[in-house]
Amino acid sequence: MANYYQPEIETASREQILAWQNERLVKQVQHVWDNVPYYRRKMEEKGLTPDDIQGVDDLHKLPFLSKADLRDAYPYGLKGVPLSECVRIHSTSGTTGRRVVAFYTQHDIDLWEDCCARAIVAAGGTKDDVVQVAYGYGLFTGGSGLHGGSHRVGCLTLPMSSGNTERQLQFMTDLEATILCCTPSYAAYLAESIQEAGLSDKIKLKAGIFGAEAWSEEMRRDIEKGLGIKAYDIYGLTETSGPGVAYECCEQTGMHINEDHFIAEIIDPETGEVLPEGSKGELVFTAITKEAFPLLRYRTRDICVLTRKPCSCGRTHVKMSKPMGRSDDMLIIKGVNVFPSQIETVLLEQGYPANYQLIVDRVNHSDTLEVLVEMQLNKFSDSLADIHNEEKKLIAALKTMLGIYAKVRIVSPKSITRSEGKAVRIIDKRKI
Amino acid sequence: MSVYQISIFLENRAGQLAEVTRVLADHSIDMRAISIAEISDYGVLRLIVDDAEKATFILHQHGFILSMTPVSVVSVPDEIGGLAPVLEALAKGHMDVEYMYSLFTHKDGMAYMVFRIEDEAKFAELLRPYRIKLADKDELGLK
Repeated sequence: MANYYQPEIETASREQILAWQNERLVKQVQHVWDNVPYYRRKMEEKGLTPDDIQGVDDLHKLPFLSKADLRDAYPYGLKGVPLSECVRIHSTSGTTGRRVVAFYTQHDIDLWEDCCARAIVAAGGTKDDVVQVAYGYGLFTGGSGLHGGSHRVGCLTLPMSSGNTERQLQFMTDLEATILCCTPSYAAYLAESIQEAGLSDKIKLKAGIFGAEAWSEEMRRDIEKGLGIKAYDIYGLTETSGPGVAYECCEQTGMHINEDHFIAEIIDPETGEVLPEGSKGELVFTAITKEAFPLLRYRTRDICVLTRKPCSCGRTHVKMSKPMGRSDDMLIIKGVNVFPSQIETVLLEQGYPANYQLIVDRVNHSDTLEVLVEMQLNKFSDSLADIHNEEKKLIAALKTMLGIYAKVRIVSPKSITRSEGKAVRIIDKRKI
Repeated sequence: MSVYQISIFLENRAGQLAEVTRVLADHSIDMRAISIAEISDYGVLRLIVDDAEKATFILHQHGFILSMTPVSVVSVPDEIGGLAPVLEALAKGHMDVEYMYSLFTHKDGMAYMVFRIEDEAKFAELLRPYRIKLADKDELGLK
């Protein structure tokens, strides 16, 4: 049976959804024109005024925004309201170390939490549920988003944040959590820990909402079996609020995009041309209800497919496939965005050459990142302790930049293949 | 004085050490002492060779990262307890030893130990009461 949080929206007719989108887009373009000079200039460069955008059919005329724009406009350039109207920020890493900072008004947070509430209810959540939020809290959107959604549904919310597995299991069993929200890799890890601790009989979970990193159908089955639950995917990015931009229903065949708040397009990443429904291409979002961070035509760099085929759950909102890859070199490691250029920046700052290699792997369902750098004379010392200290400094600098631990491996000079044609900078061994 | 050790960066990878010894052999360089300090992924290979400058030049040409480090070599009687006074002297003088290892060379009933310490002059001073001397390059037949 389908469960809805806002049935009149979630099952609205296509005509109704389109009417909302037309009306809200026109209003949003005016809002951006009036309040975001950075984007207004981009429109002016194309000879556009708000009058040129009369509805969704005109959307393709608008210029794109990319991570590079977020970097150029950092920190306030894309903000749509005065700071006095903003109540919160969240942040994620940017391409070259400059972080992306997204602003929220209270209204933005309310709508975002509604989106997360829809995801929780779609996963079978009601006010009788106990939701264990094991996403990180803080700058990362995962914790706050699902936490807020859980409150809206009226669930008992366990604000666990990530890590400290022993404590997670204690609360999960003692308070009989029924819905788990975390990254899929952490869910898999928890499942293993539960089995090792012999706690399977004490687990009352029925569903999990897992996102922020790529996971396969095989991994879904493993988690579902290991935890005895149904595992639902959720999608989002900080730039467009956070998790809950799209979420899975009981059909588990793609994620419904909350089209009353976001207009989704699929484009050819090379030409920027909008592709017809069913094509594989880069996902682009236009936020039509956001006040503080109203991004128009934001290029997610995620490659996926959209479908409007009717869904058995009764929801009418378009479905997106799991992202199948990226149209840039961004890696998602432990749910964190990592750009090779960030690592390059750190290496150069620390006096290492920019000849490096990244090895990404998944060990026991958890992502690992290893950075290979070549030893060079100015870093060499007869004392092993000195070399080790340099290594520790580099690890700390990487942690500061990326927000995650990266193992550093110092290798022999010239042992990393030089660019013969194209340098192999990234070796991703994960089988997703 | 002026005994120089070569310190070479080695990745913990099969064949790395073999490459060093092969290069040295090909250029007729005689190894007199070898020691390795390592942690999980890499290590520092420390060598005393008959011609440190030539070895450094050649290994550098082969792409190794290395440096020359001054060390102190002490000759001690090659018998039980021979080394004990040296370490006693160091302890009394509160001198730290960064690392030590032995030379292959034995001569006239003497064995040789390599020490990496801060202050060689003070080291020599501490050894004087024990009638123990630091060996120089000539004694060891080093260039």
